Amino acid sequence: MANHQDDKIDKKKRSFLIAATTVTGAIGAGAIAVPFLSSMTPSERAKAAGAPVEVDISKIEAGSMITTEWRGQPVWIINRSKAMLDDLKKNDLNLSDPNLDVISQQPNYCKNATRSLKPNLVVLVGICTHLGCSPSAKLQTQGDMGENWNGGFFCPCHGSRFDLAGRVFKGSPAPINLVVPPHKYINDNTLLIGEDNKG
Amino acid sequence: MKIETKIKKNKGGLMAWVDERFPLSSLITNHLTEYYAPKNFNFWYFFGALALLTLVLQLITGLLLTMHYKPDAELAFASVEYIMRDVSFGWLIRYMHSTGASLFFVVIYLHMFKSLIYGSYKNPRELLWLFGVAIFLCLMGEAFFGYLLPWGQMSYWGAQVIVNLFSTIPFIGPDLSEWLRGDYLVSDATLNRFFAFHVIALPIALLGLVFFHLVALHEVGSNNPDGVDIKKNLDKKTSIPLDGIPFHPYYTVKDLIGVSVFLIVFALIIFYLPEMGGYFLEANNFIPADPLKTPAHIAPVWYFTPYYSILRAVPPIFNSQFPGVAAMGLSVLVFAFIPWLDRSKVRSIRYKGDLFKRWIALFVVSFFVLGYLGTEPSNVWGQFSNAIPLIGGIDKATVVARIFTVTYFLFFALMPYYSRKSKTLPVPSRVTYK
Repeated sequence: MANHQDDKIDKKKRSFLIAATTVTGAIGAGAIAVPFLSSMTPSERAKAAGAPVEVDISKIEAGSMITTEWRGQPVWIINRSKAMLDDLKKNDLNLSDPNLDVISQQPNYCKNATRSLKPNLVVLVGICTHLGCSPSAKLQTQGDMGENWNGGFFCPCHGSRFDLAGRVFKGSPAPINLVVPPHKYINDNTLLIGEDNKG
Repeated sequence: MKIETKIKKNKGGLMAWVDERFPLSSLITNHLTEYYAPKNFNFWYFFGALALLTLVLQLITGLLLTMHYKPDAELAFASVEYIMRDVSFGWLIRYMHSTGASLFFVVIYLHMFKSLIYGSYKNPRELLWLFGVAIFLCLMGEAFFGYLLPWGQMSYWGAQVIVNLFSTIPFIGPDLSEWLRGDYLVSDATLNRFFAFHVIALPIALLGLVFFHLVALHEVGSNNPDGVDIKKNLDKKTSIPLDGIPFHPYYTVKDLIGVSVFLIVFALIIFYLPEMGGYFLEANNFIPADPLKTPAHIAPVWYFTPYYSILRAVPPIFNSQFPGVAAMGLSVLVFAFIPWLDRSKVRSIRYKGDLFKRWIALFVVSFFVLGYLGTEPSNVWGQFSNAIPLIGGIDKATVVARIFTVTYFLFFALMPYYSRKSKTLPVPSRVTYK
């Protein structure tokens, strides 16, 4: 009798079994993709490396800057001289975002004309918002940057230009201003980068 | 049937023993001694074989390099110097690998150009061409991942820029680039995974694609400089193409000549110009990676510069860099559409009209100009005077790059039009050769 089985194939049952096993298999493959893909996200150690850093700002002379490191990125602290602060306003007409409308680029407490807590000291993540190079400091006016230059930063990769408040000039490949990281002053000489009074 | 009689002729012995268990004889006959290739192959047809040779050389030298290289941000740079100075013949193996990467692209670009001028992508070779485009993409990935491994300044900042290209993709971009890096910046985690991609994932993909490329080639047969289908003229008795000759020994021997010349050039570069004046190995890459300091001028290796120029040429639109990134991606992917863009009745440039030839010439010029500009900073030619309307104050090189970016894309975009309109010459029924 066994060889008569061929005549009685239950096609409905067969296609149900094929569909059921396919779906089960696909769910299994999808489920294992989760640990596989998430193994490539930043590890716990990489996340922990993002702790705040303290910086001594007492030795930055007016008109100069220091570079420190936070989350592996360069962070600039620029002590702008009186003349530099006066020159900032001259740039307003040539900027892409003079009113700081892109809120992600600075904390609320730095949404002001100097983009800083203390007028002279600005804290900037030294990473170009174009493709992540670190711009070079061109703090002095004019020089190799042309006669209309009021001091700022020039990205060597694709030629983006920023002023001394990290605001991007029109016509730069970089679309938005440099990031002001969260920060606060612990005392007159100590700055904490990575943490502010709100959180 | 033919194959079976062939095997019986082998009168037993080891070959017969193998053939009963594995189709060795039929593989050799079907793909070498009785695989008929057109007899009019010219200079351009060396590059397929040379690409295969370069792949093998890269696999062997790469294997040897992994025995001494350390994929660790603290150790990588020093381990490359160790290979160069202390490992026996390490300098040779490393320079073979780094020069091999550049020559791989030279060979592949010439191989692609052959397909372009002789219409080797046209029906029935569309899939053959698509496998080729996939190989090209894989090779670009392989070169990119490999370039991070020496952990020099150019490695580091090149990777930083390329990974950040992904972060410009709307919505998913920032998370995607973080996932690719495995950190908030290019770091040890990134180096480690790029090493894994470079030595495991992409070589396997590459070998698989090369296999499919060859299977597709042997299914449809090689095109030739006349674009004539040699399978249409068969010998009535033997059904062998009248214009075909067995690949072995005719083309294996001919390719050996090409291989010899290629190896001479290869050796000259390795011994006398391993850095090729900064084009094959960039000067900044002899400085260890420094995440806090971008080199004054960064540029990709020469084989990426045409696309990089296109990236730089497109200005940001709506405060987003994505259009430039999309244009760069398209400038590579657009090759995949050629089989459907070319509406010409004939395959080979020999029988295509002047209009088509002029467009190919314009494309080649665009490719070279963009390639050159990509190696230079965008202010290389200075700026236009402020007095000139519209372009005053803009870098001259940027304007030139924009013009040639447009011609680069017009070559593809207008192809359906000019390929149909361009007058063609009658194609002979048999291949021509001197």
